[in-house]
Amino acid sequence: MSLRRLAPDQPTSFAFTPENLAWAQKQLKKYPEGRQASAVVPLLWRAQEQNGGHVTEPMIRVIAEMIGVSPIRVLEIATFYTMFNLKPVGQHLLQVCTTTPCWLRGSDAVVAACKKHIHPHAETVSADGKLSWMEVECLGACVNAPIIQIGDDFYEDVDGARAEAIINDLRAGRKPKPGSQIGRQTSAPEGGPQTLTDASLYTKGG
Amino acid sequence: MTKLIVDGKEIDVPADYTLLQACEAAGAEIPRFCYHERLSIAGNCRMCLVELKGSPKPVASCAWGVRDCRPGPNNEPPVVNTKSPLVKKAREGVMEFLLINHPLDCPICDQGGECDLQDQAMAYGHAKFNRYEENKRAVTDKNMGPLVNTIMTRCIHCTRCVRFAAEVAGVDEIGATGRGEDMEITTYLEHAVSSEMSGNVIDLCPVGALTSKPYKFNARPWELTKTESVDVMDAVGSAIRVDSRGAEVMRFLPRVNEEVNEEWISDKTRFVWDGLRRQRLDKPYVRKNGKLQPASWAEAFAAIADRVRATRPERMAALVGDLVSAEPIKALKDLMLALGVANLDCRQDGAKLGHGPRQGYLFNTTIAGIEHADALLLIGTNPRWEAPLVNARIRKAWLRNDLKIMRIGPRFDLTYQVQDLDNNPADLADIATGKHRAFEVLKNAKHPMLILGAGALARPDGAAILDAAAQIARNTGMIGPSGEGGWNGFNVLHTAAARVGALDLGFLPQKGGKDTIAILDAAARGDIDFVYLLGADEIDTKKLGQAFVVYQGSHGDAGAHRADVILPGSTYTEQNGTYVNIEGRVQQARRATFPPGDAREDWTILRALSDVLGKKLPYDDMGTLRLAMLKDAPHFAETDRAPAHPGVDVGIWTSIGAAGTIAKTPFEYPVKDFYLTNPIARASHVMAECSSLFVKPRLSAAAE
Repeated sequence: MSLRRLAPDQPTSFAFTPENLAWAQKQLKKYPEGRQASAVVPLLWRAQEQNGGHVTEPMIRVIAEMIGVSPIRVLEIATFYTMFNLKPVGQHLLQVCTTTPCWLRGSDAVVAACKKHIHPHAETVSADGKLSWMEVECLGACVNAPIIQIGDDFYEDVDGARAEAIINDLRAGRKPKPGSQIGRQTSAPEGGPQTLTDASLYTKGG
Repeated sequence: MTKLIVDGKEIDVPADYTLLQACEAAGAEIPRFCYHERLSIAGNCRMCLVELKGSPKPVASCAWGVRDCRPGPNNEPPVVNTKSPLVKKAREGVMEFLLINHPLDCPICDQGGECDLQDQAMAYGHAKFNRYEENKRAVTDKNMGPLVNTIMTRCIHCTRCVRFAAEVAGVDEIGATGRGEDMEITTYLEHAVSSEMSGNVIDLCPVGALTSKPYKFNARPWELTKTESVDVMDAVGSAIRVDSRGAEVMRFLPRVNEEVNEEWISDKTRFVWDGLRRQRLDKPYVRKNGKLQPASWAEAFAAIADRVRATRPERMAALVGDLVSAEPIKALKDLMLALGVANLDCRQDGAKLGHGPRQGYLFNTTIAGIEHADALLLIGTNPRWEAPLVNARIRKAWLRNDLKIMRIGPRFDLTYQVQDLDNNPADLADIATGKHRAFEVLKNAKHPMLILGAGALARPDGAAILDAAAQIARNTGMIGPSGEGGWNGFNVLHTAAARVGALDLGFLPQKGGKDTIAILDAAARGDIDFVYLLGADEIDTKKLGQAFVVYQGSHGDAGAHRADVILPGSTYTEQNGTYVNIEGRVQQARRATFPPGDAREDWTILRALSDVLGKKLPYDDMGTLRLAMLKDAPHFAETDRAPAHPGVDVGIWTSIGAAGTIAKTPFEYPVKDFYLTNPIARASHVMAECSSLFVKPRLSAAAE
């Protein structure tokens, strides 16, 4: 994790779309009177989604105003949580897990594929604006390591070549199939079941 | 009360104490960085770890309540150790983590010699050197404005500054961004902290991360002479320590005075010291052929004497300024009375108060007393700029006691919630008679109070406003029993340090005499030929007309520019003097350095002049002068104590001010620029910078 600062180039303003504003007002009502500041994370998250994946300075001011705190309090939150991106991201953001289990299972090759096919530097948008990648800490799916998170989906059991295939699909506008890239069922053993292979052991009357 | 055993010693402490407080009560010393008595508890530095029997790990004593300690199996009191090997090891470990990333730049650090980290590393750290081989973390410095210098690599993330800004100063502008090793203390987008009390973070910072920008690389604490004194930048009389080296004041620091400033001071108080060196009057001047020419004391006195002899007393007048101590005021009064002059006034702003009982112009609730109040009416006052420390107390009461605050005056962010009534002074009469909704709020409160600003009284209808305020106080039950535990909710908030002392000594128009406004009008008409200005700069000097003006003071400001004779006096750091603060607390300012050049102590100038004028004053030293003052105002004998809620006699509250109609003209605040209220502040570059940064944008925004 590196220093988290707001990007140097910032837009001048931010406003929620009418739908998101209505949603945000509803979120604010979830909290008791005087505790609206608690809505900071959902509001920031929705604003980041609306903005194409990153948090901007005007956004911080707008949200601070909505929840009735000073902007520094929202900036503290936005810089604390790595789920908030402070710099522009590509249309698709590849979050590559490099924590120990993924690393042991070959996340270096995944990172190398990202460097080669997206951009040599993490958190930098590719030349065509479609992709960017970053290293993240444990995504909590170690049994299927290595993992890439793209948007709301996990891509499991990737390696260099499969990562490249995913990148190529995304670049071509196709959506790769989420889940295990080697076709295993959730986190069942590779190559099919290793135990309970005899159906008679668990079928009725067997 | 709860029993505890601290280091084998049994003590009995209130259950709401923290372990740290309990250990201190038992006489144990607990090191700390993040904990501060006047701030909320953060518990993040871990330096205050102690061993609590039964707990598997050492506990942070600052964040552990006494009532959370479990008794032993047979109901023995909880046992706490602060000196055990476990505690020693824990402290050493914490200290190691703090030092891993702390630069070893003590030799070039301004905090050196008064650094908590330095001291505690000596006392509680590992006695081992050259053990850090890894690179230290480096953090970019942040801009926090013209007052606070930042060297953020030194920051240990105690968050005292963050809590101070949010809690005490009431400006939520400092925060901690990032996390873990990348945590950084900063202001939003590195804006300067827009507080009048921001300098206090310098004292709070336990390391050299936040230091004083104007004082940067100027001196070392051990080479400074420390003089305990009081501040005169506002009428609060904050306790300060003047640190001087040789002939120069190097800095001001606060002293603890729970009853006045706790341990804070305003930025004007703290950073005005460069104004003490600039624009100084260091020799007498006499105007010859329209130009001020340097002169000797004898020539200056002779010029005055010639003029005084040629002028009838009723065509003479004397005005006292805002920073003058009581002694020269007394000397000037005696001299003028001896000459038969009745046109005396100390109220440069023309405030209509001072006649009648002392309670009529004091802050009777006392500053500490604000903490007990539950309803407050602000009348034409902006305490944030007129007395930042009073404002901090009001904020404290608002945070803790749910103090309800109402205001009649222009809108201004006071750092707490205020209910704005119409800015119509005429409503005061309705409040007094119960016809206004504010009456009920005050009446139903247990400890109601009002604060009457100096600006509200410096109007043609000032006396009627004073009268209306006194009626409000009387009718809403603000006047309670006197003495300790009593209550008096009637308060006047002065802006000038000299004012209460001068009023106490009766530096007011004598029988048949004119007040400030009448003196200036008469001078403009040509009816006054001789005006003696004792440090009086806040008047419209254009109105002095053709009068012969003597200016005695320390700085070349408005008064000196207009003067025909200049007598160079001393500032509050260059002479001993008595000041009376808004509460009526008599305090001593002490000399830290000597006045420059030929400048002299103010009362000695008047004593010498009196000899030349043939009206020799009957005192040759400060002691006799002070004895003479006691005759005018016996309460000067009792220093450092505020009168405890005087004024039980309800009768006196009808004699304050004068009945009359109050105009509907809205109130205006007397302080237009917090940083430039007096000659010393106007001579200071630091104050000028603050003014252009914080006040100018506000004024231009208001003009649009």
